[in-house]
Amino acid sequence: MAWRHATRLLSALLLGLSLSACGVNELPTRDEATKAAWAQVENQYKRRADLIPNLVETVKGFAGQERDVLTAVVEARAKVAQMTIPKDIIENPEAFRQFEANQGALSQALARLLVVVERYPTLTSNQNFLSLQSSLEGTENRIAVARRDYIQSVQAFNTELRTFPGRIWAALLYSELRLKETFSAPEASSEPPKVSFQ
Amino acid sequence: MTPAPDTRRRRPARRLALLLVLPLAGGPALAAPEFPALTGRVVDGAGLLSAATEARLERQLEAHESRTSNQLVVVTLPSLQGYSIERFGVELGRHWQIGQAGRDNGALLIVAPKERKLRIEVGYGLEGELTDVLSRAIIENEITPRFKRGDYEAGISAGVEAMLQAIAGSYKAPARKTPRQVNSDGIIVITAFGGFLFLFLLIFFLNYKHGAAPGQGRRKKHLDDDGQTWTYYDADRRSGSGWGGGGFGGGGGFGGGGGGFSGGGGSFGGGGSSGSW
Repeated sequence: MAWRHATRLLSALLLGLSLSACGVNELPTRDEATKAAWAQVENQYKRRADLIPNLVETVKGFAGQERDVLTAVVEARAKVAQMTIPKDIIENPEAFRQFEANQGALSQALARLLVVVERYPTLTSNQNFLSLQSSLEGTENRIAVARRDYIQSVQAFNTELRTFPGRIWAALLYSELRLKETFSAPEASSEPPKVSFQ
Repeated sequence: MTPAPDTRRRRPARRLALLLVLPLAGGPALAAPEFPALTGRVVDGAGLLSAATEARLERQLEAHESRTSNQLVVVTLPSLQGYSIERFGVELGRHWQIGQAGRDNGALLIVAPKERKLRIEVGYGLEGELTDVLSRAIIENEITPRFKRGDYEAGISAGVEAMLQAIAGSYKAPARKTPRQVNSDGIIVITAFGGFLFLFLLIFFLNYKHGAAPGQGRRKKHLDDDGQTWTYYDADRRSGSGWGGGGFGGGGGFGGGGGGFSGGGGSFGGGGSSGSW
């Protein structure tokens, strides 16, 4: 009896010790990290979308005849703004791809606009336009950083979920956790687009 | 001399050894630039500044930090190692942890003469004062005109001056603490406490199960066996696997040292502006 008691105590001790350093918290921690990183991605994209109406108005004042390019930006921006982002977007491949495609379309429309405006020196020397341009540049850079952080956090999470011991923990305790989606083209946007008007 | 139990006893040890070695061997090969050491508030890796200017800037930035707790660092780089200055900047800021923990009120003025690029990298906490627009204005109005004349010292001095003006009075901080120390101590205490609490509860729980009410004889036995095997299984497994995870990776991380200056734990998110000359 005393022996059983001792082994029980010993196993309890071992279990306790190992639990405190074995990564039982690893998966939830990384899960939260991916969510935080994703929130930052959404934030920065929203920040970009918020800059656009002002930018379009300013450009219109100087280069109203560039109607095609301007409408393309406005439409792409509307598509981004209208998309309802489901709560589980980072575990939902379809919604995630949709989000990525919409934002990518807006990036392209914006890039075209910023090329076209170079033909209008009065616009590119306009103080208001210059501030918007720096804000946009800064935001694109923040998007790149947020995307990179998100990709890294998802990589860490997915690896933990698929490897030992995370896999065991997932089976035992965290059956609700799923592999998360990540951006398909990390390198494309890891550099902010060069929008310089010298 | 019974060989069977011997081998059985040796196997967990071997597994443990393997698990201890594996993380070292297969460590993540992260493609990160090589960062210079944070030797002070002015890290002149490209050798653009005279000793006198460097000392003056150091004093200026130190005075600013003791007044506002904002950490500003000037760094000149011999090379960007093939990275964009935006990428290099944000990762250098994070690596050095410039700015106070929780406030992220750090900023870097980065100059890479080889690539003829410069950048003002702004931590989260200063993005409101040292905006992208202002950073750009500082670069274009104060710094690049002087750089174009080849006067790096004057450009950097004027840039620092303008950055300080831009954020002047933005934040009145209490006396600087050492948040890292407090943080890691706190974690240790909490972990220790949690561990003891867990042990206590576990022992209590196991004892409780074994001493359950006499009316449920069959179920008790079943639970008993179950509990035992589960416990053994887990204890064996976990004690082996435990070392791989390494949840507590030490608090260090900044290359502090010279002049008693080190990053305060701040972080960066890509704010600021870049330029070239």
